[in-house]
Amino acid sequence: MECQECHERPATLHFTQISNGEKTEIHVCEVCAKEKGYLTYPDEAYSFHHLLTDLINFNASKIESVENDAFKQQAQELTCPHCGMTFTQFKRIGKFGCASCYHTFSTRLDPIFRRAHAGNTKHNGKVPKRTGIDLQTRKQLEDYKKELQYLIETEAFEKAAIIRDKIKALESSSKKSEAGDKS
Amino acid sequence: MSLEHFIDNAISPWMRNDGPESDIVLSSRIRLARNVADVSYPLIADEEKLEEIRDFFQENYEHQSFRNHEDLEFISISDLSAIEKHVLVEKHLISPHLVKYSDEAAALISQDEQISVMINEEDHLRIQLYYPGLQLRNALEDAFALDDWLEERVDYAFDETRGYLTCCPTNVGTGLRASVMMHLPALTLTKQINRIIPAINQLGLVVRGIYGEGSETIGNIFQVSNQITLGKSEEDIVSDLESIVNQLIGHERNARSILMKQSELTLEDRIYRSYGVLEYSRIINATEAARCISNVRLGIDLGIIKHTSRSILNELMVLIQPGFLQHFAKKNLTANECDVLRASLIRERLELEK
Repeated sequence: MECQECHERPATLHFTQISNGEKTEIHVCEVCAKEKGYLTYPDEAYSFHHLLTDLINFNASKIESVENDAFKQQAQELTCPHCGMTFTQFKRIGKFGCASCYHTFSTRLDPIFRRAHAGNTKHNGKVPKRTGIDLQTRKQLEDYKKELQYLIETEAFEKAAIIRDKIKALESSSKKSEAGDKS
Repeated sequence: MSLEHFIDNAISPWMRNDGPESDIVLSSRIRLARNVADVSYPLIADEEKLEEIRDFFQENYEHQSFRNHEDLEFISISDLSAIEKHVLVEKHLISPHLVKYSDEAAALISQDEQISVMINEEDHLRIQLYYPGLQLRNALEDAFALDDWLEERVDYAFDETRGYLTCCPTNVGTGLRASVMMHLPALTLTKQINRIIPAINQLGLVVRGIYGEGSETIGNIFQVSNQITLGKSEEDIVSDLESIVNQLIGHERNARSILMKQSELTLEDRIYRSYGVLEYSRIINATEAARCISNVRLGIDLGIIKHTSRSILNELMVLIQPGFLQHFAKKNLTANECDVLRASLIRERLELEK
Protein backbone atom coordinates (compact mmCIF):
# COMPACT_ATOMS: atom_id res chain seq x y z
CA MET A 1 0.00 0.00 0.00
CA GLU A 2 1.35 3.41 -0.89
CA CYS A 3 1.42 6.40 1.38
CA GLN A 4 -1.75 8.49 1.02
CA GLU A 5 0.17 11.73 1.40
CA CYS A 6 3.16 11.53 -0.91
CA HIS A 7 2.07 8.56 -3.07
CA GLU A 8 5.75 7.75 -3.39
CA ARG A 9 6.88 5.69 -0.45
CA PRO A 10 5.09 2.61 0.91
CA ALA A 11 2.80 3.25 3.87
CA THR A 12 4.44 1.86 6.97
CA LEU A 13 2.14 3.35 9.58
CA HIS A 14 -1.58 2.56 9.73
CA PHE A 15 -3.98 3.98 12.22
CA THR A 16 -7.53 5.12 12.80
CA GLN A 17 -8.28 8.68 13.70
CA ILE A 18 -11.51 9.61 15.42
CA SER A 19 -12.40 13.26 15.36
CA ASN A 20 -15.93 14.65 16.05
CA GLY A 21 -17.22 11.11 16.08
CA GLU A 22 -15.97 10.47 12.55
CA LYS A 23 -13.63 7.59 11.88
CA THR A 24 -10.84 8.00 9.34
CA GLU A 25 -8.30 5.39 8.31
CA ILE A 26 -4.82 6.75 7.76
CA HIS A 27 -2.04 5.02 5.85
CA VAL A 28 1.15 6.99 5.62
CA CYS A 29 4.89 6.61 5.42
CA GLU A 30 7.14 7.67 8.25
CA VAL A 31 8.30 10.84 6.55
CA CYS A 32 4.80 12.19 5.91
CA ALA A 33 3.59 11.04 9.30
CA LYS A 34 6.25 13.16 10.86
CA GLU A 35 5.58 16.11 8.59
CA LYS A 36 1.81 16.05 9.17
CA GLY A 37 2.30 15.72 12.89
CA TYR A 38 0.71 12.26 13.16
CA LEU A 39 3.72 11.18 15.01
CA THR A 40 5.85 12.73 17.67
CA TYR A 41 9.27 11.26 17.52
CA PRO A 42 11.29 10.65 20.61
CA ASP A 43 14.45 11.94 18.94
CA GLU A 44 13.43 15.59 19.25
CA ALA A 45 13.70 15.26 22.98
CA TYR A 46 16.59 12.87 22.84
CA SER A 47 19.52 13.67 25.04
CA PHE A 48 23.12 12.70 24.70
CA HIS A 49 22.66 10.48 27.69
CA HIS A 50 19.97 8.45 25.92
CA LEU A 51 22.20 8.09 22.95
CA LEU A 52 24.96 6.65 25.07
CA THR A 53 22.71 4.32 26.99
CA ASP A 54 21.21 3.10 23.76
CA LEU A 55 24.65 2.37 22.43
CA ILE A 56 25.64 0.54 25.56
CA ASN A 57 22.44 -1.46 25.94
CA PHE A 58 22.32 -2.45 22.33
CA ASN A 59 19.50 -4.83 22.77
CA ALA A 60 16.16 -4.55 21.04
CA SER A 61 14.37 -6.72 23.59
CA LYS A 62 15.21 -4.22 26.31
CA ILE A 63 13.67 -1.44 24.32
CA GLU A 64 10.50 -3.46 23.82
CA SER A 65 10.14 -4.12 27.52
CA VAL A 66 10.09 -0.43 28.34
CA GLU A 67 6.52 0.64 29.06
CA ASN A 68 6.58 3.75 26.97
CA ASP A 69 4.58 4.50 23.85
CA ALA A 70 7.44 6.22 22.13
CA PHE A 71 9.69 3.27 22.68
CA LYS A 72 7.02 0.85 21.53
CA GLN A 73 6.83 2.69 18.27
CA GLN A 74 10.59 2.35 17.94
CA ALA A 75 10.48 -1.35 18.60
CA GLN A 76 8.03 -1.82 15.76
CA GLU A 77 10.29 -0.10 13.30
CA LEU A 78 13.14 -1.64 11.38
CA THR A 79 15.65 -3.34 13.63
CA CYS A 80 18.77 -5.07 12.43
CA PRO A 81 18.58 -8.76 13.38
CA HIS A 82 22.36 -9.05 13.60
CA CYS A 83 23.34 -6.12 15.80
CA GLY A 84 20.01 -4.78 17.11
CA MET A 85 20.40 -1.28 15.71
CA THR A 86 17.13 0.43 14.82
CA PHE A 87 16.66 2.77 11.90
CA THR A 88 16.05 5.67 14.29
CA GLN A 89 19.31 4.97 16.07
CA PHE A 90 21.09 4.77 12.74
CA LYS A 91 19.68 8.14 11.72
CA ARG A 92 20.67 9.71 14.99
CA ILE A 93 24.31 8.60 15.07
CA GLY A 94 24.80 8.43 11.32
CA LYS A 95 26.69 5.15 11.48
CA PHE A 96 25.75 1.57 10.74
CA GLY A 97 26.14 -1.08 13.43
CA CYS A 98 27.12 -3.91 11.12
CA ALA A 99 27.06 -4.94 7.47
CA SER A 100 23.59 -6.51 7.87
CA CYS A 101 22.17 -3.05 8.64
CA TYR A 102 22.62 -2.26 4.95
CA HIS A 103 20.28 -5.10 4.12
CA THR A 104 17.81 -4.38 6.92
CA PHE A 105 17.46 -0.69 6.08
CA SER A 106 17.97 -1.14 2.35
CA THR A 107 14.63 0.33 1.28
CA ARG A 108 15.35 3.58 3.09
CA LEU A 109 18.97 4.07 2.22
CA ASP A 110 18.78 5.39 -1.34
CA PRO A 111 17.88 8.97 -0.37
CA ILE A 112 20.66 9.03 2.21
CA PHE A 113 23.26 7.74 -0.24
CA ARG A 114 22.02 10.08 -2.95
CA ARG A 115 22.59 13.04 -0.69
CA ALA A 116 26.06 11.90 0.41
CA HIS A 117 27.30 10.70 -2.96
CA ALA A 118 26.01 13.17 -5.52
CA GLY A 119 23.00 11.11 -6.55
CA ASN A 120 24.70 7.71 -6.64
CA THR A 121 23.26 4.64 -4.97
CA LYS A 122 25.15 1.80 -6.64
CA HIS A 123 28.75 0.65 -6.34
CA ASN A 124 30.77 0.83 -9.49
CA GLY A 125 34.29 -0.06 -8.41
CA LYS A 126 36.56 -2.77 -7.12
CA VAL A 127 35.23 -6.18 -6.24
CA PRO A 128 36.97 -8.51 -3.76
CA LYS A 129 39.43 -10.63 -5.69
CA ARG A 130 38.97 -13.98 -4.00
CA THR A 131 35.33 -13.91 -2.93
CA GLY A 132 34.20 -11.86 -5.86
CA ILE A 133 35.39 -13.88 -8.86
CA ASP A 134 31.84 -14.54 -10.06
CA LEU A 135 31.00 -10.90 -9.58
CA GLN A 136 34.02 -9.85 -11.55
CA THR A 137 33.07 -12.05 -14.47
CA ARG A 138 29.54 -10.76 -14.41
CA LYS A 139 30.73 -7.18 -14.30
CA GLN A 140 33.12 -7.82 -17.18
CA LEU A 141 30.25 -9.37 -19.15
CA GLU A 142 28.08 -6.34 -18.52
CA ASP A 143 30.85 -4.05 -19.70
CA TYR A 144 31.34 -6.11 -22.85
CA LYS A 145 27.62 -6.11 -23.57
CA LYS A 146 27.43 -2.36 -23.23
CA GLU A 147 30.39 -2.02 -25.56
CA LEU A 148 28.80 -4.44 -28.03
CA GLN A 149 25.60 -2.43 -28.01
CA TYR A 150 27.54 0.73 -28.72
CA LEU A 151 29.57 -0.88 -31.49
CA ILE A 152 26.44 -2.19 -33.18
CA GLU A 153 24.77 1.20 -32.95
CA THR A 154 27.81 2.84 -34.50
CA GLU A 155 27.94 0.05 -37.11
CA ALA A 156 31.44 -1.04 -36.17
CA PHE A 157 30.59 -4.64 -36.94
CA GLU A 158 34.10 -6.04 -37.14
CA LYS A 159 34.93 -4.84 -33.68
CA ALA A 160 31.51 -5.99 -32.49
CA ALA A 161 32.29 -9.52 -33.69
CA ILE A 162 35.45 -9.55 -31.58
CA ILE A 163 33.56 -8.44 -28.50
CA ARG A 164 30.83 -10.98 -29.21
CA ASP A 165 33.43 -13.76 -29.25
CA LYS A 166 34.86 -12.48 -25.98
CA ILE A 167 31.41 -12.61 -24.41
CA LYS A 168 30.92 -16.17 -25.63
CA ALA A 169 34.29 -17.25 -24.28
CA LEU A 170 33.64 -15.63 -20.92
CA GLU A 171 30.18 -17.14 -20.63
CA SER A 172 31.34 -20.63 -21.45
CA SER A 173 34.29 -20.44 -19.06
CA SER A 174 32.12 -19.25 -16.20
CA LYS A 175 29.67 -22.08 -16.89
CA LYS A 176 32.54 -24.55 -16.81
CA SER A 177 33.75 -23.30 -13.47
CA GLU A 178 30.23 -23.50 -12.09
CA ALA A 179 29.94 -27.08 -13.29
CA GLY A 180 33.33 -27.79 -11.77
CA ASP A 181 32.17 -26.49 -8.44
CA LYS A 182 29.19 -28.80 -8.41
CA SER A 183 31.03 -32.01 -9.30
CA MET B 1 63.65 -2.48 14.26
CA SER B 2 60.83 -1.60 16.55
CA LEU B 3 58.45 1.07 17.60
CA GLU B 4 61.26 3.44 18.63
CA HIS B 5 62.35 4.02 15.12
CA PHE B 6 58.87 5.17 14.09
CA ILE B 7 58.80 7.56 16.99
CA ASP B 8 62.35 8.87 17.14
CA ASN B 9 62.47 10.19 13.61
CA ALA B 10 60.32 13.15 12.74
CA ILE B 11 60.52 12.31 9.06
CA SER B 12 59.26 9.07 7.53
CA PRO B 13 61.83 7.31 5.30
CA TRP B 14 59.66 7.70 2.17
CA MET B 15 59.58 11.49 2.60
CA ARG B 16 63.28 11.65 1.80
CA ASN B 17 62.52 10.73 -1.79
CA ASP B 18 61.20 13.42 -4.05
CA GLY B 19 58.11 12.53 -6.02
CA PRO B 20 56.61 14.24 -9.07
CA GLU B 21 55.60 17.88 -8.44
CA SER B 22 57.15 17.69 -5.01
CA ASP B 23 57.75 21.43 -4.93
CA ILE B 24 54.02 21.71 -4.24
CA VAL B 25 52.65 18.26 -3.50
CA LEU B 26 54.13 16.87 -0.30
CA SER B 27 52.43 13.50 -0.36
CA SER B 28 49.69 11.36 -1.86
CA ARG B 29 47.64 9.01 0.22
CA ILE B 30 45.19 6.24 -0.59
CA ARG B 31 42.94 4.94 2.15
CA LEU B 32 40.63 1.95 1.79
CA ALA B 33 38.00 1.17 4.43
CA ARG B 34 37.25 -2.55 4.80
CA ASN B 35 35.33 -4.69 7.24
CA VAL B 36 35.40 -8.33 8.18
CA ALA B 37 32.21 -10.13 7.13
CA ASP B 38 29.70 -11.12 9.81
CA VAL B 39 31.25 -9.09 12.64
CA SER B 40 29.61 -5.89 13.92
CA TYR B 41 31.57 -2.68 13.44
CA PRO B 42 33.93 -1.60 16.23
CA LEU B 43 31.36 1.02 17.32
CA ILE B 44 29.20 -1.68 18.91
CA ALA B 45 30.99 -5.02 18.53
CA ASP B 46 31.82 -7.16 21.54
CA GLU B 47 35.33 -6.78 22.90
CA GLU B 48 36.07 -10.47 22.32
CA LYS B 49 35.20 -10.19 18.64
CA LEU B 50 37.46 -7.19 18.19
CA GLU B 51 40.24 -8.92 20.11
CA GLU B 52 39.85 -11.87 17.75
CA ILE B 53 40.28 -9.60 14.75
CA ARG B 54 43.28 -7.85 16.29
CA ASP B 55 44.96 -11.14 17.20
CA PHE B 56 44.24 -12.58 13.77
CA PHE B 57 46.13 -9.73 12.12
CA GLN B 58 49.00 -10.01 14.55
CA GLU B 59 49.33 -13.76 13.98
CA ASN B 60 49.06 -13.57 10.22
CA TYR B 61 50.78 -10.37 9.24
CA GLU B 62 53.28 -9.32 11.92
CA HIS B 63 56.78 -9.13 10.39
CA GLN B 64 55.44 -10.04 6.96
CA SER B 65 56.59 -8.01 3.98
CA PHE B 66 54.42 -6.76 1.18
CA ARG B 67 56.25 -6.01 -2.07
CA ASN B 68 59.12 -3.65 -1.22
CA HIS B 69 57.47 -2.50 2.00
CA GLU B 70 59.36 -4.61 4.46
CA ASP B 71 58.57 -6.07 7.82
CA LEU B 72 55.17 -4.96 9.04
CA GLU B 73 55.44 -3.92 12.67
CA PHE B 74 52.43 -4.82 14.80
CA ILE B 75 51.57 -2.12 17.32
CA SER B 76 48.86 -2.54 19.90
CA ILE B 77 47.58 0.91 20.74
CA SER B 78 46.86 0.10 24.38
CA ASP B 79 50.57 -0.68 24.86
CA LEU B 80 51.58 2.85 23.90
CA SER B 81 52.16 5.75 26.24
CA ALA B 82 50.12 8.91 25.73
CA ILE B 83 53.12 10.66 24.18
CA GLU B 84 53.88 7.76 21.84
CA LYS B 85 50.29 7.80 20.60
CA HIS B 86 50.58 11.52 20.06
CA VAL B 87 53.73 11.15 17.94
CA LEU B 88 52.25 8.43 15.71
CA VAL B 89 49.22 10.66 15.09
CA GLU B 90 51.42 13.66 14.33
CA LYS B 91 53.30 11.56 11.79
CA HIS B 92 49.94 10.54 10.26
CA LEU B 93 50.80 6.88 10.83
CA ILE B 94 47.61 6.40 12.80
CA SER B 95 44.43 8.46 13.07
CA PRO B 96 43.17 10.37 16.11
CA HIS B 97 40.11 8.11 15.99
CA LEU B 98 42.21 4.95 16.40
CA VAL B 99 43.73 6.30 19.60
CA LYS B 100 40.50 7.57 21.03
CA TYR B 101 37.86 4.92 20.94
CA SER B 102 38.83 1.30 21.02
CA ASP B 103 40.92 -0.64 23.51
CA GLU B 104 41.35 -3.33 20.89
CA ALA B 105 42.88 -0.96 18.34
CA ALA B 106 46.14 -1.82 16.62
CA ALA B 107 48.18 -0.96 13.56
CA LEU B 108 50.50 -2.72 11.14
CA ILE B 109 53.16 -0.31 9.91
CA SER B 110 55.86 -1.13 7.38
CA GLN B 111 59.46 -0.09 8.10
CA ASP B 112 59.42 2.44 5.27
CA GLU B 113 56.26 3.88 6.89
CA GLN B 114 54.46 3.88 3.53
CA ILE B 115 51.94 1.28 4.67
CA SER B 116 49.79 1.59 7.72
CA VAL B 117 46.91 -0.80 8.25
CA MET B 118 44.78 0.36 11.15
CA ILE B 119 42.81 -2.34 12.90
CA ASN B 120 39.54 -1.64 14.75
CA GLU B 121 39.32 2.00 13.80
CA GLU B 122 35.85 3.17 12.76
CA ASP B 123 35.99 0.18 10.40
CA HIS B 124 37.74 -3.10 11.14
CA LEU B 125 40.42 -2.18 8.64
CA ARG B 126 41.72 1.09 7.33
CA ILE B 127 44.40 0.42 4.76
CA GLN B 128 46.63 3.43 4.14
CA LEU B 129 49.41 3.95 1.66
CA TYR B 130 51.61 7.01 1.33
CA TYR B 131 53.71 8.10 -1.59
CA PRO B 132 55.91 11.20 -1.90
CA GLY B 133 54.77 13.88 -4.34
CA LEU B 134 51.84 13.44 -6.70
CA GLN B 135 51.63 9.68 -7.24
CA LEU B 136 48.01 8.81 -6.70
CA ARG B 137 47.97 6.16 -9.39
CA ASN B 138 51.01 4.35 -8.04
CA ALA B 139 49.56 4.55 -4.57
CA LEU B 140 46.21 3.18 -5.79
CA GLU B 141 47.87 0.31 -7.63
CA ASP B 142 49.89 -0.58 -4.55
CA ALA B 143 46.85 -0.22 -2.28
CA PHE B 144 44.76 -2.50 -4.52
CA ALA B 145 47.46 -5.18 -4.42
CA LEU B 146 47.78 -4.80 -0.65
CA ASP B 147 43.99 -5.07 -0.37
CA ASP B 148 44.00 -8.30 -2.43
CA TRP B 149 46.87 -9.67 -0.36
CA LEU B 150 44.97 -9.09 2.88
CA GLU B 151 41.77 -10.42 1.35
CA GLU B 152 43.43 -13.79 0.65
CA ARG B 153 42.84 -14.62 4.28
CA VAL B 154 39.94 -12.36 5.25
CA ASP B 155 36.32 -12.40 4.11
CA TYR B 156 35.25 -8.81 3.54
CA ALA B 157 31.80 -7.36 4.12
CA PHE B 158 30.82 -6.68 0.52
CA ASP B 159 27.57 -6.28 -1.33
CA GLU B 160 27.12 -6.40 -5.06
CA THR B 161 25.01 -3.24 -5.20
CA ARG B 162 26.46 -1.21 -2.35
CA GLY B 163 30.09 -2.30 -2.62
CA TYR B 164 32.30 -2.44 0.45
CA LEU B 165 30.06 -1.99 3.47
CA THR B 166 31.48 0.55 5.87
CA CYS B 167 30.41 1.85 9.23
CA CYS B 168 29.80 5.36 7.95
CA PRO B 169 27.47 5.85 4.96
CA THR B 170 29.92 8.44 3.59
CA ASN B 171 32.52 5.72 2.91
CA VAL B 172 30.33 3.03 1.37
CA GLY B 173 31.07 1.67 -2.10
CA THR B 174 34.75 1.94 -2.80
CA GLY B 175 35.71 2.80 0.78
CA LEU B 176 38.29 4.98 -0.92
CA ARG B 177 39.61 8.27 0.28
CA ALA B 178 42.34 9.57 -1.97
CA SER B 179 44.08 12.63 -0.65
CA VAL B 180 46.91 14.90 -1.53
CA MET B 181 48.83 17.16 0.84
CA MET B 182 49.69 20.42 -0.87
CA HIS B 183 51.84 23.37 0.12
CA LEU B 184 50.10 26.46 -1.30
CA PRO B 185 51.83 29.55 0.12
CA ALA B 186 51.44 31.82 -2.92
CA LEU B 187 47.72 31.11 -3.32
CA THR B 188 47.29 31.86 0.38
CA LEU B 189 49.42 35.00 0.26
CA THR B 190 47.44 36.38 -2.66
CA LYS B 191 44.18 35.28 -1.00
CA GLN B 192 43.15 33.38 -4.13
CA ILE B 193 42.72 30.27 -2.00
CA ASN B 194 39.55 31.75 -0.47
CA ARG B 195 37.90 31.69 -3.87
CA ILE B 196 39.32 28.33 -4.87
CA ILE B 197 38.23 26.27 -1.85
CA PRO B 198 34.46 26.78 -2.30
CA ALA B 199 34.80 26.02 -6.01
CA ILE B 200 36.56 22.75 -5.23
CA ASN B 201 33.91 21.82 -2.70
CA GLN B 202 31.28 22.12 -5.38
CA LEU B 203 33.08 19.47 -7.41
CA GLY B 204 32.61 16.84 -4.73
CA LEU B 205 36.11 17.26 -3.34
CA VAL B 206 37.07 18.57 0.08
CA VAL B 207 39.86 20.84 1.20
CA ARG B 208 40.96 20.46 4.79
CA GLY B 209 43.80 21.28 7.15
CA ILE B 210 46.86 19.13 7.63
CA TYR B 211 45.38 16.85 10.30
CA GLY B 212 42.25 16.01 8.34
CA GLU B 213 38.63 16.55 9.20
CA GLY B 214 37.96 19.60 11.35
CA SER B 215 41.60 20.61 11.59
CA GLU B 216 42.95 24.07 10.89
CA THR B 217 45.36 24.77 8.13
CA ILE B 218 48.81 25.38 9.47
CA GLY B 219 51.86 26.32 7.46
CA ASN B 220 49.79 26.82 4.29
CA ILE B 221 49.38 23.07 3.96
CA PHE B 222 46.08 21.84 2.58
CA GLN B 223 44.69 18.38 2.19
CA VAL B 224 42.55 17.85 -0.89
CA SER B 225 40.50 14.67 -1.04
CA ASN B 226 37.46 13.06 -2.62
CA GLN B 227 34.16 13.04 -0.80
CA ILE B 228 32.12 10.73 -2.99
CA THR B 229 32.87 7.04 -2.59
CA LEU B 230 29.80 5.47 -4.16
CA GLY B 231 28.94 5.16 -7.83
CA LYS B 232 32.32 6.10 -9.26
CA SER B 233 35.16 3.67 -9.88
CA GLU B 234 38.37 4.11 -7.89
CA GLU B 235 40.21 5.02 -11.08
CA ASP B 236 37.69 7.76 -11.86
CA ILE B 237 37.82 9.12 -8.32
CA VAL B 238 41.59 9.29 -8.49
CA SER B 239 41.72 10.86 -11.93
CA ASP B 240 39.12 13.49 -10.97
CA LEU B 241 41.17 14.38 -7.92
CA GLU B 242 44.36 14.37 -9.95
CA SER B 243 43.00 16.79 -12.51
CA ILE B 244 41.94 19.25 -9.81
CA VAL B 245 45.30 18.91 -8.08
CA ASN B 246 47.05 19.59 -11.37
CA GLN B 247 45.01 22.75 -11.81
CA LEU B 248 45.86 23.83 -8.28
CA ILE B 249 49.54 23.23 -9.00
CA GLY B 250 49.22 25.40 -12.09
CA HIS B 251 47.55 28.21 -10.15
CA GLU B 252 50.12 28.02 -7.36
CA ARG B 253 53.07 28.12 -9.81
CA ASN B 254 51.45 31.01 -11.60
CA ALA B 255 50.90 32.92 -8.36
CA ARG B 256 54.52 32.25 -7.39
CA SER B 257 55.92 33.60 -10.62
CA ILE B 258 53.69 36.68 -10.47
CA LEU B 259 54.87 37.33 -6.92
CA MET B 260 58.47 36.95 -8.06
CA LYS B 261 57.95 39.35 -10.94
CA GLN B 262 55.92 41.98 -9.14
CA SER B 263 57.36 42.00 -5.67
CA GLU B 264 60.53 39.98 -5.60
CA LEU B 265 62.17 42.09 -2.92
CA THR B 266 59.15 42.00 -0.61
CA LEU B 267 58.96 38.25 -1.05
CA GLU B 268 62.67 37.82 -0.46
CA ASP B 269 62.40 39.97 2.65
CA ARG B 270 59.56 37.88 3.97
CA ILE B 271 61.42 34.65 3.35
CA TYR B 272 64.67 35.81 4.94
CA ARG B 273 62.86 37.27 7.96
CA SER B 274 61.21 33.91 8.51
CA TYR B 275 64.56 32.19 8.15
CA GLY B 276 65.96 34.62 10.71
CA VAL B 277 63.17 33.89 13.16
CA LEU B 278 63.73 30.15 12.85
CA GLU B 279 67.48 30.52 13.16
CA TYR B 280 67.60 32.90 16.10
CA SER B 281 64.42 32.74 18.14
CA ARG B 282 64.56 31.27 21.62
CA ILE B 283 60.82 30.88 22.20
CA ILE B 284 58.44 30.05 19.36
CA ASN B 285 54.88 28.69 19.25
CA ALA B 286 53.69 26.11 16.74
CA THR B 287 51.67 28.54 14.60
CA GLU B 288 54.50 31.00 14.14
CA ALA B 289 56.96 28.18 13.54
CA ALA B 290 54.69 26.65 10.90
CA ARG B 291 54.29 30.00 9.14
CA CYS B 292 58.04 30.59 9.06
CA ILE B 293 58.78 27.04 7.93
CA SER B 294 56.30 27.48 5.09
CA ASN B 295 58.01 30.72 4.00
CA VAL B 296 61.45 29.11 4.14
CA ARG B 297 60.23 26.18 2.10
CA LEU B 298 58.85 28.62 -0.49
CA GLY B 299 62.29 30.27 -0.49
CA ILE B 300 63.91 26.90 -1.19
CA ASP B 301 61.46 26.19 -4.04
CA LEU B 302 62.10 29.60 -5.60
CA GLY B 303 65.86 29.21 -5.33
CA ILE B 304 66.16 32.14 -2.91
CA ILE B 305 67.40 29.95 -0.09
CA LYS B 306 70.05 27.50 -1.16
CA HIS B 307 71.80 24.57 0.49
CA THR B 308 68.76 23.57 2.48
CA SER B 309 66.91 20.38 1.63
CA ARG B 310 63.27 20.49 0.69
CA SER B 311 62.26 17.68 3.01
CA ILE B 312 62.97 20.08 5.86
CA LEU B 313 59.36 21.26 5.64
CA ASN B 314 57.88 17.80 6.17
CA GLU B 315 60.37 17.11 8.89
CA LEU B 316 60.01 20.35 10.83
CA MET B 317 56.21 20.20 10.58
CA VAL B 318 56.33 17.03 12.70
CA LEU B 319 59.26 18.17 14.85
CA ILE B 320 57.37 21.24 16.07
CA GLN B 321 54.30 19.26 17.24
CA PRO B 322 53.77 19.00 21.02
CA GLY B 323 53.75 15.17 21.04
CA PHE B 324 57.07 14.93 19.30
CA LEU B 325 58.63 17.59 21.50
CA GLN B 326 57.51 15.80 24.63
CA HIS B 327 58.78 12.51 23.32
CA PHE B 328 62.11 14.17 22.66
CA ALA B 329 62.19 15.67 26.15
CA LYS B 330 61.08 12.32 27.57
CA LYS B 331 58.59 14.06 29.84
CA ASN B 332 55.41 16.10 29.79
CA LEU B 333 56.00 19.74 29.00
CA THR B 334 54.01 22.90 29.60
CA ALA B 335 53.10 25.01 26.58
CA ASN B 336 55.88 27.40 27.48
CA GLU B 337 58.48 24.68 27.80
CA CYS B 338 57.32 23.36 24.42
CA ASP B 339 57.92 26.77 22.84
CA VAL B 340 61.48 26.86 24.21
CA LEU B 341 62.35 23.33 23.15
CA ARG B 342 60.75 23.90 19.74
CA ALA B 343 62.96 26.93 19.12
CA SER B 344 66.08 25.07 20.12
CA LEU B 345 65.30 21.98 18.02
CA ILE B 346 64.60 24.11 14.97
CA ARG B 347 67.92 25.95 15.44
CA GLU B 348 69.76 22.66 15.74
CA ARG B 349 68.03 21.24 12.70
CA LEU B 350 68.91 24.27 10.57
CA GLU B 351 72.51 24.06 11.80
CA LEU B 352 72.69 20.55 10.30
CA GLU B 353 71.95 21.96 6.86
CA LYS B 354 75.01 24.21 6.86
